[in-house]
Amino acid sequence: MDITLPILILSIPLFMFLLLGLLGMKMSHKLAGTLGTLGMGTVLVLSYITAFTYFFSGSPQFISAAGERLQAVIFNQTWLQFSDTLVIKLGFLLDPISAMMLVVIPTISFMVHLYSLGYMRDHHGVYEHGFQRFYAFLSLFSFSMLGLVVATNIFQMYIFWELVGASSYLLIGFYYKKPSAVSASKKAFIVTRFADLGFLIGILVLSYYTGTFDFMSLTSVPVDGMADVYHVSENTAVAVKGIFQSSAAPMFMGASVMTWALVLIFMGGMGKSAMMPLHIWLPDAMEGPTPVSALIHAATMVVAGVYLVARLFPLYLMEEAALNIIVVVGALTAFYAAMVACTQIDIKRVLAFSTISQIAFMMVSLGVARPEFHHGIGYMAGMFHLFTHAMFKALLFLCAGALIHAIGSNDYTAMHGLRKYMPITHITFLIGCLAIAGIIPFAGFFSKDEILTACFGHSIVWYVWMSVVAGLTAFYMFRLYYLIFWWKEHHVHEGHHAPHDQPMTMTLPLIILAAVSCVAGFVPFGNLVTWNGKPMYDSMGFFTNLQHLDWSVAAISLAVAIIAIAIATVMYRKENPLPDKMANMFPRLWDWCYHRFYWDELYMFITHKIIFGCISRPIAWFDRHIIDGTMDSLATITNKASYAIRGLQSGKVQMYVWIYLAGALLLGAITAICLM
Amino acid sequence: MFSNPLIYFVVIPLIMLGGLALCRNIKQIRAVAVTGSLALTALSVWLLLDYLGLRAAGADAPMLYTGTWSWFTPLNINLSVGVDGISIAMLILSSIILLTGSFASWKIEPHTKDFFLWLILLSTGVYGFFISIDLFTMFMFYEVALIPMYLLIGVWGSGNKNYSAMKLTLMLMGGSAFLMLGLIGIYYHSAPAGQPLTWNLLEIASNASIEKGWQYFLFPMTFVGFGVLGAMFPFHTWSPDGHASAPTAVSMLHAGVLMKLGGYGCFRVSIYLMPQAAEDLAWIFLILTGISVVYGAFSACVQTDLKYINAYSSVSHCGLVLFAILMLNTTAMTGAIMQMLSHGLMTALFFALIGMIYGRTHTRDIRLMGGLMKILPFLAVCYVIAGMASLGLPGLSGFVAEMTIFVGSFEAGMADYLSGAGSLRLVFTIIACCSIVITAVYILRVVGKLLLGPVYDEHHLTLTDATWWERTSTATLILCVAAIGCFPNFFEELIKFTFSPSIYAVIGMN
Amino acid sequence: MDISMIYYIVPSLIMFCCGIYGFVTRKNMIAMLISLELMLNAVDINFVVFNRYLFPGQLEGMFFTLFAIAIAAAETALAIAIIINLFRGSKNIDATEINKLKD
Repeated sequence: MDITLPILILSIPLFMFLLLGLLGMKMSHKLAGTLGTLGMGTVLVLSYITAFTYFFSGSPQFISAAGERLQAVIFNQTWLQFSDTLVIKLGFLLDPISAMMLVVIPTISFMVHLYSLGYMRDHHGVYEHGFQRFYAFLSLFSFSMLGLVVATNIFQMYIFWELVGASSYLLIGFYYKKPSAVSASKKAFIVTRFADLGFLIGILVLSYYTGTFDFMSLTSVPVDGMADVYHVSENTAVAVKGIFQSSAAPMFMGASVMTWALVLIFMGGMGKSAMMPLHIWLPDAMEGPTPVSALIHAATMVVAGVYLVARLFPLYLMEEAALNIIVVVGALTAFYAAMVACTQIDIKRVLAFSTISQIAFMMVSLGVARPEFHHGIGYMAGMFHLFTHAMFKALLFLCAGALIHAIGSNDYTAMHGLRKYMPITHITFLIGCLAIAGIIPFAGFFSKDEILTACFGHSIVWYVWMSVVAGLTAFYMFRLYYLIFWWKEHHVHEGHHAPHDQPMTMTLPLIILAAVSCVAGFVPFGNLVTWNGKPMYDSMGFFTNLQHLDWSVAAISLAVAIIAIAIATVMYRKENPLPDKMANMFPRLWDWCYHRFYWDELYMFITHKIIFGCISRPIAWFDRHIIDGTMDSLATITNKASYAIRGLQSGKVQMYVWIYLAGALLLGAITAICLM
Repeated sequence: MFSNPLIYFVVIPLIMLGGLALCRNIKQIRAVAVTGSLALTALSVWLLLDYLGLRAAGADAPMLYTGTWSWFTPLNINLSVGVDGISIAMLILSSIILLTGSFASWKIEPHTKDFFLWLILLSTGVYGFFISIDLFTMFMFYEVALIPMYLLIGVWGSGNKNYSAMKLTLMLMGGSAFLMLGLIGIYYHSAPAGQPLTWNLLEIASNASIEKGWQYFLFPMTFVGFGVLGAMFPFHTWSPDGHASAPTAVSMLHAGVLMKLGGYGCFRVSIYLMPQAAEDLAWIFLILTGISVVYGAFSACVQTDLKYINAYSSVSHCGLVLFAILMLNTTAMTGAIMQMLSHGLMTALFFALIGMIYGRTHTRDIRLMGGLMKILPFLAVCYVIAGMASLGLPGLSGFVAEMTIFVGSFEAGMADYLSGAGSLRLVFTIIACCSIVITAVYILRVVGKLLLGPVYDEHHLTLTDATWWERTSTATLILCVAAIGCFPNFFEELIKFTFSPSIYAVIGMN
Repeated sequence: MDISMIYYIVPSLIMFCCGIYGFVTRKNMIAMLISLELMLNAVDINFVVFNRYLFPGQLEGMFFTLFAIAIAAAETALAIAIIINLFRGSKNIDATEINKLKD
């Protein structure tokens, strides 16, 4: 494949960032926004062409004679050479998951660019302060995220991983005059940085043992004969494989070093993908503008952790223990986040917890994937859910943005009964809810169902557990839906405009995304994205996904979802005291859910009381008083000693003479004694 | 003598001194300072290109452009010059910082002329140090660089300047007393019995005649001597006070260049000449520098004075330089050199910005400022960029330096661990890695308190943003930081290519 | 009668001891100066005597004495000038109380 397209895909957003960042203030708001959106539109087209070429061109670079999808490196440029073998390269890797992400990221990003043209203005059409900056940061984010997904080696991924973290920091803190936004951005950066520490150490361990950062060398390990498929020299693959399989690989604290490396790398993924206990930054990150939440904190950046695990999946397959950790972390997080989402009153927070829960679904799906079961359906399902979730969660966030823009508050208590005032938002939001709840034929149904099938194949416990979470998901989403659009009639205050649907730039993305959410489930993912590139089914068509559905699993999950929706309908459709009664029945549980199980307080305690109070302050004190005190006291002692012997220099000549005489006599006496 | 290009690194500053003495008004002073430092920058860039050309043409001596002129024959003292890639990197760093420092002290008051005289004298010492390969002249230039600092801080400083100036000078002088002792010891063992003694670095290294017992004594002497200047724990306390009181350009030059003299000296003298002791005694200094790295970072978390924060951050970053040097591993040492460059530029940028902010708000206490992003957007954005460089954002210089260090140190640590040589290096590498999180904490704390949030003091609303000379100064530094961050392989080539002979000499001794 | 060296040396020694005694005990600067002169003259006598008796063919001791006398004269002049100036400034020439240069 020609390298022009890939280079353009990466360089257009970077160029836009530099252009808008350096010259944005000199441009009009409209020009900056248009430029940014056009730039992203171009990237969208180019990425679609690239992804389409990858999946459907049939070029031998992308698909083997046996029909396996290959990993293709389009270009790979040395960036930093550590030693003869360890080299950071910047490159462009095309394989099923990166091609899929090349569809997801520009789509959502373009929708957000378009949507923000309307969202970042007030009701009188006046642009917000820093509008150009906003577009510059969006471009920076798009650049970093695209760079992340096409990384050819783990260090390139780490580089862009840090860059998306930084652009997320900048965008969360977009309203920098608001202290809550500032502290939210800080929190997001530091929590993910902490996770990245694990990632970094994981990379160091992995690269020390394998002698390479390169994904193709790393992931070609477990499969015999993959070396020529991946165009890796046979030697590298054999060497890497030897390291993995030799019993010489040392143990460390009861687990093999490889397990440690993979768990540490997963820790990086936990940070970015907001897995418990590193999830605390994501709900706060909702302080950013809503389009940003849709792009970064729902659809793209937060799934980077899932993407990372998927990228290294062949390695994880070799370490059962690491996969089990992923499943446990994912399942706990999914349940926890769903519980919390049932009690929140800020609509963006509900969506944030819903995001955490859904990402945990993907993690579980990767964790339970085994090649033995249905060609590793878990891997495919995880990626599929990533794809569909990106669409409908972005849709939900953008709807939330439209609501917030219309009402001027994040709180559902200020909304209620909006269905008549904002019909387009109402319908699209409903589609989003149906999709996430897993109602056939919306997108979420297919992907979630496949995840549950994968869980079922792995262990019945996780299957039941995840089905319960799926039920909770349907419940809290419809709770939110009813509380916003039904519950009771909306009060329009005197002198205020009635809320209404937003301008075209904002409703168009909603409609597009809603349409995608309706049909995305029919994408034959099993033939496009699988863990080893082999298509799962022979034929490929619109109803492929329906053919292979495990109808017993599907029926149960559909039933669970419908029951959950029914409960939500009973409780929240009309104003009634039932929800309060329920809350009062389990006051302790309600309280803990409402306060998000006090994780934030725990972290506050750790950072402020322990890190600042018990480490930093004592160290600073020690430095000033003990270390510096020692140095100062050296000076003081010298000074004091000088003052003490100064008295001898009295300036009295006669005293000197006496001393001189005494000294002379003494010397004379000594000489005399010695001579005798 | 004057056919050797290196000599001009000392001659140009001396001409500048003469020119300054003749100046009548501030415009002429500025003209001399800017022209001179531009000439030095041009010279160092030319040197870099010419050097790369020579290397590409196959010159494989450890040092190029060597020259020796006798100075005091009875003691074999010569003025010997010569450079390799590391020295050239340091020369470029010094030139850039001198140039930007001249811009940053555009409006220095009072006694403008004297200020620049001392500043240029200081940089004469710095340049002389980096081009010398004779231990005695090296030491002499080192002292020339230290002394003007006392006057620069004592006269043009702020706050508790007399105390700070005295403390800084005395502590660094204390360090150079150790150093003097070490260097004289090296001189007396510089050649096998019966051959003439020498001060020349290259000859001493090739003689390799310092016995192991003496190395054990001389290595700590020289390492501590240079380590004091490199702000090694526990000899770092001059740094916060000294930097806090120094005027902007002096902080820039001191943290940006002078602290690098420490790392450069540790590498060039201690490790290069006494590799066996370096191998055996590294653990002592590994512990000290490892502590420096996290200790400095933790201390910076609770400081309230901007300059103190940056000074402690320098302790942490410079600790990483010495830490990496002690890994005795090519990758880590390359990282150390990159970190020297990166930290030099970054910290100069920080001090320049702090100086500019202080010049406007007249306070450096972060509790008394807030929301400067709205009032001083240019400076604030530059500050954020500097902070991002400091916490290691890819694309800026900090990242490449730190990653190279971590990869190299980890390699050295694992090699030690697996060969049963102890896990000290490994443990301290992981501890040092933790500093990336702590750095993020204190950088974001400052950015959050100082630049973001609501405006704290209404008097600040009338402040004006950067002037053209301030923009020149900060933009130059940011460009350099970004250049290293985006195209690290160029620097890597420069350092590594020339660096290899000396490093192999070290590692070959094992 | 042959006058031996001891006849010169003993008076010179007495003169020198008187000089020391005077220098140490007197507080008046003029008196101290006189004592100093006494010591110098005692030394001068010694020089001349040793030269005459021990090295009769040489003149170094004589010359040295002449130099010492000249220098002593200059020194006295200088000292008196200082003392007079001190007296003008502080109306006091007590050596124990003149300590302004100490600090």
